[in-house]
Amino acid sequence: MLQIKDLKATIEGKEILKGISLEVKEGEIHAIMGPNGSGKSTLAAVLAGREFAKITHGSVKYMGKDLLEMSPEERSKEGIFLGFQYPIEIPGVSMVNFMKTAINEHRKHRGEDPISASDFLKIMREKKALVEIDSALTSRSVNEGFSGGEKKRNEIFQMAMLEPKLSILDETDSGLDIDALRVVANGVNKLKRDDSATIVITHYQRLLDYIVPDVVHVLFDGKIVKTAGKELAIELEEKGYDWIKKEVDSE
Amino acid sequence: MDRSEIITDKFKDLFRDSSQRLEKNSSELINSFRKEAMEQFLALGVPGRENESYKYANLEPWFAADYKSYFIPEQADFKIAEDFKCEVDDLDAYSLVLLNGFFPTLNGTLMELPNGIWVGSLAYASVRFRDIVEKHYSKYALNGKDGLVPLNTALASDGLFVYAPAGVKLDKPIQIVNLVESKEDMLVQHRNLVVVEENTDVELIVCDHAISPQKFLTNAVTEVFVGQNASFDILRVQNELNNAAKITHTFIHQERDSRAVTNNITLHGGMVRNSTYHWLNGTGAESNALGLYLTDKWQHVDNFVNIDHAMPDCTSKQLFKGVMDDFSTASFNGRIRVARDAQGTRAYQNNNNILLTDDARVYTKPQLEIYADDVKCSHGATVGQLDEEALFYLRSRGIHKDEARLMLMFGFAHEVIENIKSEAMRDRMDGLLLQRLRGELSRCTTCVINCEKDLPHC
Repeated sequence: MLQIKDLKATIEGKEILKGISLEVKEGEIHAIMGPNGSGKSTLAAVLAGREFAKITHGSVKYMGKDLLEMSPEERSKEGIFLGFQYPIEIPGVSMVNFMKTAINEHRKHRGEDPISASDFLKIMREKKALVEIDSALTSRSVNEGFSGGEKKRNEIFQMAMLEPKLSILDETDSGLDIDALRVVANGVNKLKRDDSATIVITHYQRLLDYIVPDVVHVLFDGKIVKTAGKELAIELEEKGYDWIKKEVDSE
Repeated sequence: MDRSEIITDKFKDLFRDSSQRLEKNSSELINSFRKEAMEQFLALGVPGRENESYKYANLEPWFAADYKSYFIPEQADFKIAEDFKCEVDDLDAYSLVLLNGFFPTLNGTLMELPNGIWVGSLAYASVRFRDIVEKHYSKYALNGKDGLVPLNTALASDGLFVYAPAGVKLDKPIQIVNLVESKEDMLVQHRNLVVVEENTDVELIVCDHAISPQKFLTNAVTEVFVGQNASFDILRVQNELNNAAKITHTFIHQERDSRAVTNNITLHGGMVRNSTYHWLNGTGAESNALGLYLTDKWQHVDNFVNIDHAMPDCTSKQLFKGVMDDFSTASFNGRIRVARDAQGTRAYQNNNNILLTDDARVYTKPQLEIYADDVKCSHGATVGQLDEEALFYLRSRGIHKDEARLMLMFGFAHEVIENIKSEAMRDRMDGLLLQRLRGELSRCTTCVINCEKDLPHC
């Protein structure tokens, strides 16, 4: 589904991604872990199409297409979803209008007619129940005045509405209490299909108790320095990131 | 002789040549103010760019041009007005049409709405309701600095009159469709008077439209008296052609515990200048001055607001927002004056702007003059671009870049619309705003007048 080959990217002249290679297949869950500043969020943003980082080298193929050639909206319509670490507040734009516009853009892309008002309300109701989101929230402006936890649930709600093929969840666990964490993880698990894949970016192992990864990568200083099964996450939780740093330094 | 003298001389001649006609078609009361007003105008002149409050409004070319002066309408003209359909025409309101500032006299000069509220021609009202008009006419439109106000007093012969006697409540808004239409370039000066006595509640919606592509210059003065514990709302929607210049002066005089809201929404217009004055003349009065301006091409929209806290314990809020595209410009000049004895004043002001291009400009200037010590005042102005992060957020959900930009502009502007009192009107304005942002708004689509279609200025 996704092949990243030797990807390098700079922000304001400083190299942040220093040659990343990664392959994600259908049905897989990958976790990308690493200390702060290692480039995790930059990788997520680059995959979703944010233009703040300059790609200097490498390639990214998604479903056989050159991902880097696609606009953010095309990527979304082709099935990529980014769950934001810091969801943006957009005053004056209602959640309903936002989601309806997004869904209709996706439908148009698939050659379908716009969704009917009753179908839309039905889907909204279903998906809201899935992430246990308060009904009142969806009648407000996008993320405006939402608490940290509500914003994260709202990300998973949008993910549920758009039914992506590849979801990239950027630190979705940060700022969540244990109940919210469980709800968010539950939502992700329920939305998983055989033909979909998930990349979970996280600092802590905590979330991985609920979303069990097939593969764990450790990103350090812009490079993937270690790849292993889910046991790697537990090892990191016990030992911290220092031993990875030492291992890298000694090489 | 410099250009400004040429302009004042032109009006001096116009006044001399038209006095007789003007007086014949107006009332004795209104006529009694003309001479002195003309003298005042000649002393002050048309405000130039050296005038701090008109620094960015280039009025001179508009006043230097030649116009047919429109003093007395023909009956035939009003057929046009009667036929006009406004975009918000199915709003549940008492709907009236004004043509070039005149109240059509086909169905009478003054009409009584349920609950004893009167609307109609000011010239006729100044005879029929002489005492009321005499008490309020030209009592609030006094600032002594702006020559355009006395120019209107000297040359206006008619306009809208609204009178809500004490204690009545209006069940729905009054909608005024204010048309300008002519076969020739035209100067329009109308004069409106609204008297809202104590314990009454009046909501006025004014839709300004230019419906023919000629050059128009409108210089309109509106005086409003809001009595004790009364409530008055005025929403002005301006949707004009690039060839029209609209200058409005609105003076709101508020008594104790009264509430007044002014909202100027400028969707389109060649040159627009709105001056809004709230005079808080009694304790506990509340005023809310709002505005939204969307400009493109070479348009200029100028908002001047003056809130005068003359008495203690009053509250005022100002919220003005603008989105400027292409080479267009806008200016906001908001003044708050707190008199020495006006303790307990709360006055807030906000002006937020989005510039869509490198060539668009906005000039924003807050002015606070505070002579009391126990006051809460704040002001804030922002000028920026569309939020890149918000834009990316919307795009990352599959929304096309253009649509995402539109949604952000809509969200930004919607804050002003949210303050509109009637829900039906809020919905209607949201719709108009979207049409405007999509570039679909034109007067031609819903107009039944057989003018040339696809006007270049539409």
